[in-house]
Amino acid sequence: MKKSALVADLVAEFKTNGQIVIVGASLAGLRAAEALRDEGFNGKLTIIGDEKHEPYDRPPLSKQVLKGWVRADDTLLPRKRKVDAEWRLGVAAIGLDRINKQVRLANGDQVPFDRLLIATGTRARPWFNPKEAALNGVFTLRTSDEAGRLQAALAAKPGRVLIIGAGFIGSEMASVCRELGLAVTVAERAEAPLVGALGGVIGDIAAEMQRDHGVDLRTGVSVQSLEGDAKGHVRRARLSDGTTLDVDVVVASLGSVRNTEWLEGAGLATGRWGVACDAGCRVFDINGVVTDSIFVAGDIARAPHVLYEYQFLVLEHWDNAVFGGRVAAHNMVSVEADRRPHLPLPAFWSAQFGVNIKGVGVGPFGDEIVITQGSVKDRRFAAAYGRRGRIVAAVTFDHAKWLEYYGAMIERSAPFPPPPPGFDQANGMKPIPARFPDPGVPTGLPDVVLTGHDPTDRGTEYRARPR
Amino acid sequence: MRIVIDLNRCQGYAQCVPLAPTVLKLNGEEALMYNPNPDDSLRQHVLRAAASCPVQAILVDRLDEPGGKT
Repeated sequence: MKKSALVADLVAEFKTNGQIVIVGASLAGLRAAEALRDEGFNGKLTIIGDEKHEPYDRPPLSKQVLKGWVRADDTLLPRKRKVDAEWRLGVAAIGLDRINKQVRLANGDQVPFDRLLIATGTRARPWFNPKEAALNGVFTLRTSDEAGRLQAALAAKPGRVLIIGAGFIGSEMASVCRELGLAVTVAERAEAPLVGALGGVIGDIAAEMQRDHGVDLRTGVSVQSLEGDAKGHVRRARLSDGTTLDVDVVVASLGSVRNTEWLEGAGLATGRWGVACDAGCRVFDINGVVTDSIFVAGDIARAPHVLYEYQFLVLEHWDNAVFGGRVAAHNMVSVEADRRPHLPLPAFWSAQFGVNIKGVGVGPFGDEIVITQGSVKDRRFAAAYGRRGRIVAAVTFDHAKWLEYYGAMIERSAPFPPPPPGFDQANGMKPIPARFPDPGVPTGLPDVVLTGHDPTDRGTEYRARPR
Repeated sequence: MRIVIDLNRCQGYAQCVPLAPTVLKLNGEEALMYNPNPDDSLRQHVLRAAASCPVQAILVDRLDEPGGKT
């Protein structure tokens, strides 16, 4: 038998009788499952999720759902096709046995696999003081259950809402509070909202936008403690500038924590920044050796990126979950020569205060910014970020139609400042410092992070001492 | 019926809005807001809205049976 025929036989056998387990029943996991069936995988497919819900969409939670227009349990994702999977919902994976190729579940079950996809994503970073976090009226927002509870609290017309952290989600929630006519204070440790992702120049514009809409925005302060009343409901917040605030609802919007704890001890390159993998979504082990049967997709995948000097990039973006899930699925059922890379151009959107904010590339990779089109005063503009004479990112406020133009330049590492566009040129077009915070400063973590060149990420890994 | 809109792809043409105005709305000039689970009686309107999108950003559930999660 020719070697190629033998390989084809093995692939056909795997596609018929193989077992694939996906841990994480969200956007990446669902799109991967659909892609596996599209690729002709007819074997046993198991999807494990710690939430009881079918895969649902999260972006509406901080917008339509909080507003009260859409119910929290009404964002289930549409299906592209049947996936014929065994769904294990409401039970978390708590361990991975690589020797016997089994996933251990919280209820004691062991689920065997030939190929595994890790798509466990992130959770909301909790308020640092557990006693204060347990007060009634203190919330985080990541899941649809959390969104349902927070929506009910906002619908009860609280006296004042305090949002701690002015990243995208915090700013979107502040916007919804104002649309609902609620008094809202936003406390942000950095100099302005959105600085982690977009820098101080854009942050100043976002700050002005918040204040124009009646948000009581306090920057350069942190919340030091929360106090409850006799019934255990939060009533007061103490800020680092010595002031106190009377509040009825507090939302900690402090970024995310990656769900990698269940992989502790499995010998994979996991840590604070996620699960390291190659460009084809294959997971590295702790020694930087790539595994053959374990893949990762979505918010916790951490892969080297050609556009950013091959630093490992983590991307908490919607389309990274969609495309990463698809590429991982393809590579799980393909032989070496057919494998594809997942090299996304990062792209995000956010709707707040009636403005559509969109971006491409990795802003914090740059150090300069130039407003290229439109007018900042009207909050309709496009801006490009540069590093060492190269365009690395772009952001638009109500200028989304131009984003593709900048995206194409970023993909081919075009010069910075970019040549003036033929239309709608901004005045001056002079590059200025973009004012990103020092990466070491503990502020709102951006949802796109370049995490260095070390696959095992040991510098930041917490490893429990064996008992 | 379930829908999701790829708002990375959406460029705010808003051609979809008048075709299913109770499902799709603009918040400001460009930001699209939508109901991800519109009533089945609106199916024809939603399908027309999806077809009208110049960048084909609206994904409508392909499963006929309601809630079918297999």
